[in-house]
Amino acid sequence: VFNTASTTPEKILQMFAALLLFAAVMGVILFFAGRLGGRRGDKWVAYLYLLPVVLMLAVGLVYPGLRTIYESFFDAAGKAFIGFDNYKTIFTDNDQLTVLRNTVFWVVFTPFVATIIGLLYAILVDRSRFESFAKALIFLPMSISFVAASVIWKFMYEYRPDQGRVQQIGLINQIIVWLGGKPQQLLIESPLNTFLLIVVLIWIQAGFAMTVLSAAIKAIPDDIVEAARLDGVTAWTMFRRITVPSVRPTIVVVLTTIGIGTLKVFDIVRTMTGGQFNTSVVANEFYSQTFRADNQGLGAALAVLLFILVIPIVVYNVRSLRQSEAR
Amino acid sequence: MTTAVPLPAATVEAATSKVKAAEIAKKKLSSPWASLAVIIISVLWTIPTFGLLVSSFRPERQIKTTGWWTFFSDPTVTLDNYRSVFGAEGGVNMAKFFVNSLVICIPSVLIPLSLAALAAYAFAWINFPGKNVLFLAIFAVQIVPIQVTLLPLLKLFVDWDLSGTFWTLWLAHSTFALPLAIYLLHNFMREVPASLIEAARVDGAGHVSIFFHVMLPLLTPALAAFGIFQFLWVWNDLLVALVFAGGGDEVAPITLALANLSGTRGTAWHLLSAGAFVSIVVPVTVFLLLQRYFVRGLMAGSVKG
Repeated sequence: VFNTASTTPEKILQMFAALLLFAAVMGVILFFAGRLGGRRGDKWVAYLYLLPVVLMLAVGLVYPGLRTIYESFFDAAGKAFIGFDNYKTIFTDNDQLTVLRNTVFWVVFTPFVATIIGLLYAILVDRSRFESFAKALIFLPMSISFVAASVIWKFMYEYRPDQGRVQQIGLINQIIVWLGGKPQQLLIESPLNTFLLIVVLIWIQAGFAMTVLSAAIKAIPDDIVEAARLDGVTAWTMFRRITVPSVRPTIVVVLTTIGIGTLKVFDIVRTMTGGQFNTSVVANEFYSQTFRADNQGLGAALAVLLFILVIPIVVYNVRSLRQSEAR
Repeated sequence: MTTAVPLPAATVEAATSKVKAAEIAKKKLSSPWASLAVIIISVLWTIPTFGLLVSSFRPERQIKTTGWWTFFSDPTVTLDNYRSVFGAEGGVNMAKFFVNSLVICIPSVLIPLSLAALAAYAFAWINFPGKNVLFLAIFAVQIVPIQVTLLPLLKLFVDWDLSGTFWTLWLAHSTFALPLAIYLLHNFMREVPASLIEAARVDGAGHVSIFFHVMLPLLTPALAAFGIFQFLWVWNDLLVALVFAGGGDEVAPITLALANLSGTRGTAWHLLSAGAFVSIVVPVTVFLLLQRYFVRGLMAGSVKG
């Protein structure tokens, strides 16, 4: 049951064995919980219900988290204590500074552009006849994996050398050629390539922004909209004075939510460039240092940095969430 | 990972109650310019996927020499690319990875869902010492990025002799899903009227039978929403798979297979295009069939990981 399954029937058998084992554990918990009758047994029922969860979180999340923080103060092999040297590397080494710069680009551009597009689209679609279909088209990229999205866009950016009768097969380069330009190796030129990768995440996240904001827009009381309309305001005034102020807390939630996701972006960078050509970001660099370059200490420090960067955004996110709920 | 977004569910309901007013307003507001803008943006958003989809049905030679837009002047359709990614060409067999993805996903959804439902019930309806502290702790660990846990967790799995098996993925995905699942289901359970629980207790029902007979039936929409979200999260995951199943092909999911294909054969577009669509057929189907739950679940957990 605990060995590597290699054939399909073996795999499926192992899956059912695992599910059965899990069901047995649940059965034992529920059996004992059922025996604990009366209100005095209540707290023991609760502890039983919580036991597996607390165990899993302690071993699978809390312990590894603390361990990583501890290891971020050690050298590449994880043997010698080196204090804050790994963190110093992150903020002084040239390659690492490029990583930080790229991460800043990602976090600044993705949430804002995705949210603006999502908001505009939500407003426009609110007035159109094929609303649900139009929404589905924008939302679809959100359902596929970042890897598949990256493959789709890598094909868009594909480059063929500009010689003889060679034709472009990537649409972007073909458009450049149609406009009379020379085809470019789009994913190689820095810092342009980072922005081209950012486009992929914007393409994915705009659907999220659109869906959440659309729900918020529809919740704006009709009488406010109607009153403004009777006053004869223009579409722009309506947008600036009614729509945006009404959904402001939701906009903040969307911005911060996308921001948190953007900080951890890894799949896109890895699939499209592998972090080469100066495109690496913190989450990708963490993976490369930890699992490819065998620099445990630096990898751990990058993971901790990610953790530290996420905290203020999460706090802000939770606060605006409370605000928008309180409304 | 941060808090859930219960707000959209509420706003969605508010919106549906006013469908009529909105309908009238919409009729008044419908403008051709808005429609045109919508069409332009949706076309821009669809073209990348469409281009690769068209390519996946073109012969290998044509994909590599001409742009997919020439398909419309010279349409040749073939299924060879799909045959190739299902094993006709050496080294690539998406069928195997497809099975792996399913085998990884099913327990990775069922286990955290059941465990979180029990825990959420305890937090929502049982009084016990240490409740608030424990709930706050679980709420707080939501923000831990999974990157922080990966290497120590991998070492633990190696010590336990589990490395290279499905168990690593089942355990890792289940653990990572718990904080958000507990928080979400707890919020949902708190909305069940206390009188319902009290009545059941007066009738002599224990916490086990209340959980199964009162709570579970009411909880179905929340379970469905989170289940779908978690399913897609696991199906689309790359990082966890790369760390725990990266060693060999035995347990690698389809996303990892696609990523590897893109890394090793980055210009084999006949394989990449077909492979990409084999990998997205499941999430897209889920999306089209269960859109309502899907959107709700996605909004609730969009910041996980």
